Amino acid sequence: MRIGDTLLVALQGDLDDTTVIRIEEQLTREIAHTSATGMLIDVSRLSVVDSFIARVLARIVAMVRLLGAQAAVVGIQPAVAITLVELGVPMGHLDTALNAEQGLALLRRLRHDDTGAGRP
Amino acid sequence: MTTDAATARETDAFEIAHEADLIRVRKVLRAEAEAAGLNLVDATKLITAGSELARNILNYATGRRGRIRVEQVYRAGRRGVRATFADDGPGIEDVDAALTDGFSTRGSLGLGLPGARRLVDDMTLTSAAGSGTTVVIVKWQR
Repeated sequence: MRIGDTLLVALQGDLDDTTVIRIEEQLTREIAHTSATGMLIDVSRLSVVDSFIARVLARIVAMVRLLGAQAAVVGIQPAVAITLVELGVPMGHLDTALNAEQGLALLRRLRHDDTGAGRP
Repeated sequence: MTTDAATARETDAFEIAHEADLIRVRKVLRAEAEAAGLNLVDATKLITAGSELARNILNYATGRRGRIRVEQVYRAGRRGVRATFADDGPGIEDVDAALTDGFSTRGSLGLGLPGARRLVDDMTLTSAAGSGTTVVIVKWQR
């Protein structure tokens, strides 16, 4: 799904590792081949995010940035967030938002910062 | 933990040998967590810990296979879920190191074992070089 220049990707179901890797490749290709400047990865329908899935999510965000766009993970379920923190997955560098709407606002802010607009 | 009485309820036991088994492990743990009355956060922690341990088997065990057994347990009026993960080696030479954050023999984050331990109420690891590894985790109802 696309909102303006932003791709909105909703992950759902129980993901095995191969599926996660396939999604990673798809999303990276999609950012490269479209003019999208942002990507929101909605994980609100994932009831389990283990260290592997979390690592790939962080990797997707890093790759999207390398391709010149911005990405954020939105909708992490509270139980999943608590679990990830205790598991010790370093996700502090990841841009996240509560839901897609706030995610769009976050991407706007990130783009703004990127262009240096508004800086003294 | 030897004082826990397993119920007469049929236990879930199956082999972990393929990636699809990761999903089966999560599904079985979710069902058992619900049966034991674990709340959503505790269920999520148990399932995630199980997912880490099942992946350990797929990544490190000889033949990339092992076994899981999941059972309901009772202690002092509380219900819980116990899951036993076993494989046939190569075993872990330094168990203490393997339980330390950041320790990895594979260049991964090394979060698997120490991370799983933080997510459950009890985790015991039995291993010897060459004779396989058994990890038992327990999560109790609050």
